[in-house]
Amino acid sequence: MADQFTISEICICEAAKVWKDDGEILATGIGLLPRIAVGLAKKLHNPDLMMTDGEAFLIDQPHPLGVGAEPCVDGYMTYSRVFDVLWSGARHAMVTPTQIDKYAHLNISSIGNYAQPKVQLLGVRGFPGNSISHRNSIFIPNHSKKIFVEGSVDMVSSVGFDADDVEPLIGKVITNLGIFDYQGNKNTLRLLSIHSTSSLEEIRDNTGFDFEIFSTDETTNPTKDELDIIRNELDPNNLRSSVIGE
Amino acid sequence: MTIGIGGWGARRKPMSLVREICRSNLKDLTLVSYGGPDIGLLSSCKKIRKLIFGFVSLDLIPLDSHFRNARQSGELPDVEEIDEGMLQWGLRAAGMNLPFLPTRVGIGTDVLKNNPHIKFVESPYDDKEKLVAMPAIKLDVALLHVNESDEKGNTLIFGPDPFFDDLFARAASKTFVSTEKLVDSTSFDKEKVANYNRFERNLVSGIIPDEGGAHPTACNPSYGIDLDHLKEYSKSAKTFDEYQEKYLFVDEATYKKNVGGIKSITSIPLTKF
Repeated sequence: MADQFTISEICICEAAKVWKDDGEILATGIGLLPRIAVGLAKKLHNPDLMMTDGEAFLIDQPHPLGVGAEPCVDGYMTYSRVFDVLWSGARHAMVTPTQIDKYAHLNISSIGNYAQPKVQLLGVRGFPGNSISHRNSIFIPNHSKKIFVEGSVDMVSSVGFDADDVEPLIGKVITNLGIFDYQGNKNTLRLLSIHSTSSLEEIRDNTGFDFEIFSTDETTNPTKDELDIIRNELDPNNLRSSVIGE
Repeated sequence: MTIGIGGWGARRKPMSLVREICRSNLKDLTLVSYGGPDIGLLSSCKKIRKLIFGFVSLDLIPLDSHFRNARQSGELPDVEEIDEGMLQWGLRAAGMNLPFLPTRVGIGTDVLKNNPHIKFVESPYDDKEKLVAMPAIKLDVALLHVNESDEKGNTLIFGPDPFFDDLFARAASKTFVSTEKLVDSTSFDKEKVANYNRFERNLVSGIIPDEGGAHPTACNPSYGIDLDHLKEYSKSAKTFDEYQEKYLFVDEATYKKNVGGIKSITSIPLTKF
């Protein structure tokens, strides 16, 4: 085990594991940490993963962030093809919603009154389709009651466990405080582990709804191998340090 | 009037045509877009009555301050916010002369709650599945930006992703295309046409030669996103007069001069995502 590591590095290492048993599918990490995590997954856990350059091509190896190296292109993945792939189910994304609730509804659309929102965000993008087509894991860099809301999210951008005919495919929920899934009784949010830098009390204080406790074990700390790949190969300029205020 | 705008986010948007709409007396428009600064500019210029969209983003800057301003101030209450795949489906249905295309996308979300005009249909087969009937999105006009076109409207898009420009063209009664270069199609060859010609010339009603016409969005392989300009644009959401003065109350030739000239546009390095 390495002596020192950051919360971002714990999150990246745990996030990478979500793609471990996915086989040959498209892995999409939206945002900096999920993107580094896909690279780590490809290098350590699942070499069969397909990943994109963020534009229109599949690349055979992750390229270092912010370094400007030309990736080795081995396939084509335009937005049109992304829909074809995702509707077939052959994808696992990791996303960062602005709100999430007890039914696993996600919101990236807007906060407040819909006709005149208090905060206009991105719009639903592909969340409605993604949520019923393929697995989605979630990364939250600032676990708080503003994000894990009491009651419902303001604009339901993806299917939740309260829907009649459909069910979301939720993988892991990885936050700066701990690791969760939605496999509790009746698909309740369930705590799987607590990061060495956090506590059960801190998680309770920052979550707007009840969750089950499967385990209060400490989250596995990063190994030297994992840290070497992250620090030397995937993110040599330490862009990851800006994501979680630490 | 319903206008569809091609491109995606801050990539290959027909921005000079958008700026011309800002300068014109057109108003009360219904806009359909994979939104970027096209939607931001048109909302700050108060041209939009209704927006049909899945997102509005500047790519390198996640949110568009102009669009946010319009929504948060209550100036743009009429939005049809749908999954970006439903948007594709609506355009495709229009292009195929169908009233709707079935999909599961939207079920269980506020997309359907907020858009009660979108109805369900039951599968006529044994599965009897309840599906969303995504209605056709018919456009009066589509506006696109391409790399090359001949005078007949045979176009080539060299960028890595053609996005859904072909669907916009098929969904529209008329399509107008701005092009980096007006060329003689004797310069085309089979390989070029097979790879880069995305829709037929009969769909194209007008061609506007306009090098740098996508600025400040990207037009690969000629130039990338002008991030500096997008930062200036973003800052101008609350002090729009100054931006308008410099970039919109002038003609396109002056616009290009005011952003540093065509050479400075075509030397913007390609964007890495």
